[in-house]
Amino acid sequence: MRNAALFALVAALYIATGMMQSWNTALAIFNMGLISAVMALGVNIQWGYAGLFNVGIMGFVALGGLATVLVSMPPVTEAWAAGGARMLAALAFGAGTIAAGIATFRRMQPGRRRALAVAAIFAVGFVLYRWAFDPARDAIEAIDPASTGYLGGLGLPILIAWPVGGLLAAAAAWGIGKTALGLRSDYLAIATLGIAEIIIAVLKNEDWLGRGVKNVVGLPRPVPYEIDLQDTPEFVARATELGLDPATASSLWVKLCYTGLFAAVLLALILLTQLALKSPWGRMMRAIRDNEVAAEAMGKNVTRRHLQIFILGSAICGMAGAMMTTLDGQLTPGTYQPLRYTFLIWVMVIVGGSGNNWGSVLGGFLIWWLWIQVEPIGGFVMNLITMPLPEDSGLRLHLLDSVQHIRLLTMGVVLLLVLRFSPRGLIPEK
Amino acid sequence: MSGADPQMAGKPEPFLIGEAMTGGYGRGADILHDCTIAVDKGQIAVIVGPNGAGKSTAMKAVFGMVDLRLGAVRLDGQDITALTPQARVAMGMGFVPQTHNIFTSMTVEENLEMGAFLRQDDIRGTMEQVYELFPILKDKRRQAAGELSGGQRQQVAVGRALMTRPSLLMLDEPTAGVSPIVMDELFDRIIEVARTGISILMVEQNARQALEIADKGYVLVQGSNAHTGSGKALLADPQVRKSFLGGTE
Amino acid sequence: MDILNAVVVLANFVLIPALSYGSQLALGALGVTLIYGILRFSNFAHGDTMAFGAMVTILFTWAFQNMGISIAPLPTALLALPFGIVVTAALLLATDRVVYRFYRQQKAKPIILVMVSLGVMFILNGIVRVIIGPGEQRFEDGARFIINARQFKEMTGLEEGLAFKASQGLTIVVTIIAVAALFWFLDRTKMGKSMRAYSDNEDLALLSGINPERVVRITWILAAILATTAGVLYGLDKSFKPFTYFQLLLPMFAAAIVGGLGNPLGAIVGGYIIAFSEVTLTYAWKKVATYFLPASLAPDSLMQLLSTDYKYAVSFTILVIVLIFKPYGLFRGKAV
Repeated sequence: MRNAALFALVAALYIATGMMQSWNTALAIFNMGLISAVMALGVNIQWGYAGLFNVGIMGFVALGGLATVLVSMPPVTEAWAAGGARMLAALAFGAGTIAAGIATFRRMQPGRRRALAVAAIFAVGFVLYRWAFDPARDAIEAIDPASTGYLGGLGLPILIAWPVGGLLAAAAAWGIGKTALGLRSDYLAIATLGIAEIIIAVLKNEDWLGRGVKNVVGLPRPVPYEIDLQDTPEFVARATELGLDPATASSLWVKLCYTGLFAAVLLALILLTQLALKSPWGRMMRAIRDNEVAAEAMGKNVTRRHLQIFILGSAICGMAGAMMTTLDGQLTPGTYQPLRYTFLIWVMVIVGGSGNNWGSVLGGFLIWWLWIQVEPIGGFVMNLITMPLPEDSGLRLHLLDSVQHIRLLTMGVVLLLVLRFSPRGLIPEK
Repeated sequence: MSGADPQMAGKPEPFLIGEAMTGGYGRGADILHDCTIAVDKGQIAVIVGPNGAGKSTAMKAVFGMVDLRLGAVRLDGQDITALTPQARVAMGMGFVPQTHNIFTSMTVEENLEMGAFLRQDDIRGTMEQVYELFPILKDKRRQAAGELSGGQRQQVAVGRALMTRPSLLMLDEPTAGVSPIVMDELFDRIIEVARTGISILMVEQNARQALEIADKGYVLVQGSNAHTGSGKALLADPQVRKSFLGGTE
Repeated sequence: MDILNAVVVLANFVLIPALSYGSQLALGALGVTLIYGILRFSNFAHGDTMAFGAMVTILFTWAFQNMGISIAPLPTALLALPFGIVVTAALLLATDRVVYRFYRQQKAKPIILVMVSLGVMFILNGIVRVIIGPGEQRFEDGARFIINARQFKEMTGLEEGLAFKASQGLTIVVTIIAVAALFWFLDRTKMGKSMRAYSDNEDLALLSGINPERVVRITWILAAILATTAGVLYGLDKSFKPFTYFQLLLPMFAAAIVGGLGNPLGAIVGGYIIAFSEVTLTYAWKKVATYFLPASLAPDSLMQLLSTDYKYAVSFTILVIVLIFKPYGLFRGKAV
C-alpha cells in the first residue's frame, strides 16, 4: 500500500514535469530514469543480495557504451586492411602472454626461479606485444582520422549490443572479482574504483578501438528518426488529428519507442530478479550476506557465490550502459564522471531500499528526477537568495555560478541522511 | 538465597563476590543460573568444570562483560554491578583475556606501559617488579610481543594486567596452549603474585593442577555451582574426582 | 656513451619528480592508513579532504598576498598551511561528531563506514567546488627554482640541464619533517603509543583504560595535518584542481595497501613504490638510452612503456599484484 503510494508519488513528479515544463522533457527524464533503474537493479543485486560494494559502476557502464560501437557501427574496411589483422594478432599475442604467465605460475614450484620465469615471460611478452601492436595502431589511426581512424564495428543491429555490453562488463567483473573477492570487503571497493578509472582511460586513449575523445557519433538507432517520421504523410496526419505539430509529435514518438524498449528490459529484469530472490539460490545468497561465517561452516563456497553475483550485477550495469549510449546515439568517453555514473547510482540504491528490487527501481526514478530538477530549482532558489545583492556583485555571480555543484552536495546530504535515519531505504527489504 | 555458597554463611564478606548471578550475553538465553563466585584477599580462587559449563562467562560476569538479570557483584564491600569493565579496571581489577591478550605489534615494554595507561605517577617501580617476577621479559623488553613464545606472551599478558597495581587479578585460562613445563612455571608465578597480597581469580582447563594451588575451588556445571570448597577438599572429593578429574591424568 | 649526462637526464625527469610525487603520495597514504588502523575503514573522502585543506590554505594564501605578507623566497602557502590545517581539523572533527560517531557506536560493519565516507566525499567535493570552483587555481609564489636548467648547465658545463623546482625541494623537506614528527609522536609519546595500542587490539586497549574517543579525535587531527600538507604540496608542485585530488585516491589506496593497510611505515614505502613505478613506466627513455648506449645502438623509438594517460593503470596493476600475492601488504598491516 505504502509502496504503491510511493510509486504514485514519483509518477506524479514526472507528470507534473510534463504539465509544467513539457512532455518532451518529462519523457526524456523518464527514459534516463528507466536506464537508471536498470543500473540500480544491477547494483542492488550486488549490494542487497550479497553485500558487495562496487565503486566501479562507471567502468561497467562505459564498457556497455563501447559495446554499442563495436556491434553497430559499420566496419572501416580501409582500417581493417591497414592494420586489422596485425592488431588482432597483437591482441591475441597479449592474451597468450598473460595465459602463459599464469600457466607458468601454476606449474612451477614457488620460489625465486618461478618469480624470474614469470617476470621474464611478461617482460618479453610485453616488448613483443608492443612491437606488433604499435604499427597496427598507427596504421589504423592514420586512416582518415577526422572521421574514422578506428576499426569500426560489426555493422549489426544495435539491440545486439545490449547483451554484448553485458558480456563485456561480465568479463571485466570476472577479472576483478577473481582478484579482490575473498579478501577484505574494502578491497573490492578500491579495486573496482581502479578498474573504472582504467576502463575510462582505455576508452579515451585507444583511438583505434573507439576513437577515444574524438567520440563516435551517429550510432544507428533501434527506433525511427524524427525527420523520417515528419516526412511520412500518415504520421503527420495522425499527429494533426491529435492536435500536435509534427515536429513535437515525432520527437515524442521516438522517445516513446525508447521508453517501450527500456521498459521491456526493466520489467524482464525485475521479473527475473524477483524470481531469483525468492528461489533457494536467493535465500542462500541472503544467508551468506547475513552470516558469512555460518554459511561457510555449512559448506557454502562464499567467494564463488560472491563472484557469481558480482558478475551478474556488473553485467546488468553493462547492459544499462549500452542502452544509455544507444539512447544518446553517441559514445563520448570524456563525459564519464564517477560522481555521475557511480555515486549517483549508489544514492538511488540506498535511498530506494537496499536489498529490495522495487526499492532500487523507485530510487532510480526518484533520484534521477531530482538530479535533473535540482539544478533549475537550485538556480531559482539561489536567485531568490541573492535578490538583495546588487546585479553585478561578485558574490552573487559566484553563487549563481556554483548552482551546478550544489547537486553534488545535495546528493551527498541525501545519502548521509538516508543512511543515518532510514538505513533500509524507502521500500525496505522484507 | 538458595544458590549462595553455604560455607560463606556467617563469615565476613569476601574481598570480591559475584553473588547469585543469573544472565547471559545480550538478549540471548541465560548462561549463568544463580551462580556465586568469591575470592578472599591474597587468595587464589579457581573456576573449573566441563566444557560449556559457563566458566569463562562466570568470570566475565564478575568483570562486567555479561548482562546480569539477577545478582550483584561487590568489590571490597562496594556494589559494582552497574560499572563498565573499564571502570572496574580503574577500581583495581586486572583482567587477562584468554586470547588476544597482548599488543602483538608493540614491544614488551610498551605493552607494560599501556597496562599502566591510566596511571599518572611513576611506573618504573611497578615495571621493575614485573621484570623481577618474569625475568625473561626484561631481556626481551625491546622485542615485539608478537614475536615471543606462547608462555612468554602469557607472561606479558599477566605483566600488563599487573601494571595497574590491581588488588584483584583475573585470568581466563592462562595456561591454554602452553607446554606442561611452562604451565608449572606460570602457576608458580601466579602463587608469587598472590603472595604479594593480590587476589587471584582464574578459570582453568587443567583442573587438577589448578586445584592444587587453589585456596578455593568452584566446580560449575551448566552455569550453576555444583561443588565448592578448598582446592584440597575438592581434589579429595570422590564425586568431583570421578566426574571431572578422572580423565585429566 | 656519456654516463654523466645520462644521470642528469635521469635525475631531472625521473628521480626528482618521482621523489616529490612519492612524498605527496606517502603523506596522503599515511592519512588513509592511520584512519584505517584506528577507525577500521577505507576513507574514500580522503582525497577530497586533501582538496578541502588545500583550498582553505589557498584562500589564506590569497589573503596574505593581498595584505602584502610574504615569507619570500618561501611560498606564502607555507605560512597559510597551519591555518588550513586548523580549519580542516575542525571540519574533520565536526564530521566525526555528526556522521561517523553514530556508526562507531552502532558497531556498524566497515563497509557501511566506507559508504558513509563516500557520502562525505560527495559533500566535501561539493563544498570545494562551490567555494573555489572546479577550475585550476595557481597560488605558488616565492622562488621558482632551487637550481634551474640554465644555471646547472653553466655550473657544470654539461650538455643536459637539471632543474630542481622549489616546490619539489619543499615537498621533500616538509615530508621528511612531517614523517619524522609523526613517528616521534607514535613511538615516543604516551598518546601516540595508545593510538598504536588501540589499532593493534581494540578490546585490550579498552581494558587498559585507553579512551577510544580521544584516540579517534587525535587520529582525525593527524589526518587533517597529513591531508592538508599533502594537498598543498601537490597543489604547489603541479596545480590545484579539485578533480585531481579525487583521482589521487587510487594511487594513495594502492600505496597504503602495498605497504599494508594500517602500517604507517608501509604507507611511506608504498607511496614511493607507486610513484617510482608510475614515473619510470610512463617516462620516455630514449634520451637516457641515447647517452648510455653507443651511437650505433641508439634507439629510434621513444622507449616509453606506457603512455602517461595510463599512469593510473600502474597503481592499479601494482595493487592487483599485491592483492593476489600478498594481500596484507609488504609490511603486514592489520587484518580485520
